[in-house]
Amino acid sequence: MNINLTLVLQSIAMMIFVWFCMKFIWPPLTRALEERREKIAAGLAASDEAEKELNKARVEAEQIIDAARQQASGILDQAGQRGHQIVDQAKQEAVHERERQVRATEAEITQAQNQARVALQKETVQLSIAGASKVLGREVKASDHEQLLKELIA
Amino acid sequence: MSASEQAITETSSGYIQHHLQNLTFGRHVDGSWGIAHGAEEAAAMGFWAVHLDTLFWSVALGFLFIWLFRKAVKQSVAAAETESAPAPFLNAIETVIEFIDNNVRDVFSGSNPLIAPLALTVFVWIFFMNLMDLVPVDWLPWLAHSAGVEYQKVVPTTDVNATMGMALAVFFMIIFYSLKIKGVGGFLGELTMNPINPKTMGMPKIAWPFVMLFNFMLEVVGLLAKPVSLGLRLFGNMYAGELIFILIALVFAAGSGLVADGLQVMFGEHVPGWFLLLAAMAVAATLLLNFSGKLATRHTLLLVLIEMLLIGGLAFAGGQLLHFGWAVFHILIVTLQAYIFMMLTVVYLSMAHEHH
Repeated sequence: MNINLTLVLQSIAMMIFVWFCMKFIWPPLTRALEERREKIAAGLAASDEAEKELNKARVEAEQIIDAARQQASGILDQAGQRGHQIVDQAKQEAVHERERQVRATEAEITQAQNQARVALQKETVQLSIAGASKVLGREVKASDHEQLLKELIA
Repeated sequence: MSASEQAITETSSGYIQHHLQNLTFGRHVDGSWGIAHGAEEAAAMGFWAVHLDTLFWSVALGFLFIWLFRKAVKQSVAAAETESAPAPFLNAIETVIEFIDNNVRDVFSGSNPLIAPLALTVFVWIFFMNLMDLVPVDWLPWLAHSAGVEYQKVVPTTDVNATMGMALAVFFMIIFYSLKIKGVGGFLGELTMNPINPKTMGMPKIAWPFVMLFNFMLEVVGLLAKPVSLGLRLFGNMYAGELIFILIALVFAAGSGLVADGLQVMFGEHVPGWFLLLAAMAVAATLLLNFSGKLATRHTLLLVLIEMLLIGGLAFAGGQLLHFGWAVFHILIVTLQAYIFMMLTVVYLSMAHEHH
C-alpha cells in the first residue's frame, strides 16, 4: 500500500473520462430524454383533447337521436290521428249511405203499397159494380157508379 | 505445530500477501527500471512508481463505461429517427441517467453543466471498479500468472492510490469552483470568518487576527477532511470486502486439503489439471441438463453436491456458500459505496458553489 504516481495518473484518467462524458454522453442522452418527455406530454395532451371531443360528439349524437326520436313519435301520432279520421269519415259515410238506402227503399215500399191499394180499390169497385149489376140486372149508370164507389170507400 | 500445519500457515499468509500486492513498475534501488518482485522492492521504489494493474483495470473499466454509454447514445439517436420505442438496453441506461439527474437536481441547486456528467462518470466508473470484486478472487490473477505476470490486483478501488486519486481530483474541483464562484476574498473569508465571526460578535479589531487564525485552522481541517474521507471511505470498504473474499477462498483451500490428501493418494503431489477440468465440466453439464429441463432441480442439487464432494470435499461446498453469501452482500456494498462517493462529490461541489 504505497502512495505513488498512480495517484496522479488516476486523477488524470478520471478527469479525461469526466470530460468525455460531459462532452459526448450526458448532453445527447438527456436531450433525447427531454425530447421524448415532451413528445409523451404532447401525446397525452392530444389524447385528453380527443377524449373531450369524443365526449362532446357523444352528447351531440344523443341530442340528434333525441330529436329524431321526437320527430318520429310526432309522425307516428299524426299518422294515428289521420287513420282515426279516415276510419271515422268512412263510418259516417257508411251510416249516411245506409240511411239513404233505407229511406229510398221505404219510399219505394210506400209507393208500391199505394199503387196496390189503388189497384185493389179499383178492382173492388169493379167487382162490386159487376156484382151489383148482376144483382140489379142492369147497368149502373156512371153517376151511380161514382156514387157507389164513394160510399164504398167512405 | 506440525510441519504440514506450518506449511499451510505460511502459504496462507503468502497467499494473502500475494493477493494484496500490486503490479508495481518503477525504478529499482540499483537504478534500473522494471517491475517490483515482492512488497519490499515495491516499497523501495518510493513515489516514482506506477501500479500497472490498477491503472490498466481502471482505464479499461472507464472505457467500458464510455463504450456502453456511447452505444446508448447511438441507439437513442436511431430510436429518435425511426420514432420507435427504446430498446431494453437503452431503457436501462436511461434509468441510470435519470437516477443521477434526479439526485443531482435534489442536492445541487446551482447551474453547472459539469456536475451531472461528473456524477454519472464517478458513479458508473466506481460501480464497475467495485464490481470487479465479484469476480472470484483467483480467476484473473491466475490468468495473469499463466501469462507470466506475477502480481495482479484486479479491483482498482482496493488500491488507495486510485481512490485518493479520484478524491484529489474532486478536491481540486472544490478549490477551483470555490475560487471561481466566491472569488479569492470570498473563499478566504469563508475560511477565516467561520464558525466564530468576530464582525457580528462585535469584537475589538485587535482580537480579529487571533479569532481568524483559530477559524482558519478549523476550516482547513474541515476542507482537507473532505477528500481524505471521500477517498479512504471507498478504499476501506472495498479493501475489507476484498480481504474477506480472499479469506473465504483461503478457508476453502485449507479445508479442502483434507480431501486433497485423498486426491493426492490417487494423483500424487499435484492434482492434474485435466481432473479439475473434468470436474468443472461435470458440474457444468449437470447444470446445463437442469437448464434444458432434462433434470429435476432436486436431483441437480444432489448431483452437484456429490460432484463437489468428489472434487474438493464439503469444505468446497461450504466455501462456495460463504463466497456466494458474501458476494450477495457485497453487491449492496459495491452499489452503496459508488453511490456515496457520487453523492458526496455532488454535495461538496454544491457547497463550493454556495454564497454566504
